[in-house]
Amino acid sequence: MIRVQEPPFDVGAELAALTAGRTDIGAVASFVGLVRDMADAPITAMTLEHYPGMTEAKLAEIEAEANARWPLQASLIVHRYGRMLPGEAIVLVATASAHRAAALESCAFLIDWLKTRAPFWKLEETREASRWVEARCADDEAAARWQQR
Amino acid sequence: MRILYFAWLRSKIGTAREDVSPPPEVTTVGALMEWLAASRPGFAEALAAPGVIRAAVNQDYAQPGDPVRPDDEVAFFPPVTGG
Repeated sequence: MIRVQEPPFDVGAELAALTAGRTDIGAVASFVGLVRDMADAPITAMTLEHYPGMTEAKLAEIEAEANARWPLQASLIVHRYGRMLPGEAIVLVATASAHRAAALESCAFLIDWLKTRAPFWKLEETREASRWVEARCADDEAAARWQQR
Repeated sequence: MRILYFAWLRSKIGTAREDVSPPPEVTTVGALMEWLAASRPGFAEALAAPGVIRAAVNQDYAQPGDPVRPDDEVAFFPPVTGG
């Protein structure tokens, strides 16, 4: 399941909903990405822009890819857009499987993959100005490790 | 043809979306970019750094050689930074 939304989400409630009523799930792995302030460059807010329509389509593709590669019983991506403050959660990725390896690996895959494929753009606000965050080589490298030959 | 611009590219060009009618010989993403750059200085500036501006046609990532048609939705944007 994927959701793209402006309002905050409740991580605990989302994870509980993932497994509610099921007894076949043995492992749930999750990742939460947060707006991080940096001591040497304090940010006052971060705004995420996205491409409505394409965002949902790409996240669904990414989720389908994870479900094709690993034996998952459930998966969830919740990604916010709009203006957020330091400390707020931006994205939640969660995967559920019978055993932990599939859950942990697919969770890492999903966040690595979405960071280079989901059409979002981050605008950081500081007291002086706003600047668009630049894509990082490290993100491309992290995604590349999941490329299949 | 509907053109969408995102992030700092939108700021540079001054609009988030526009409808255009390129000449019939504009049949690829690359040709469209050149045609837009010829009349939009902000777009030309953004294209100065090769490979930075990415494209999507009908919400699928596209390469310069991919085709574009008159009723397509084409989006241009810098590398994504979600997650």
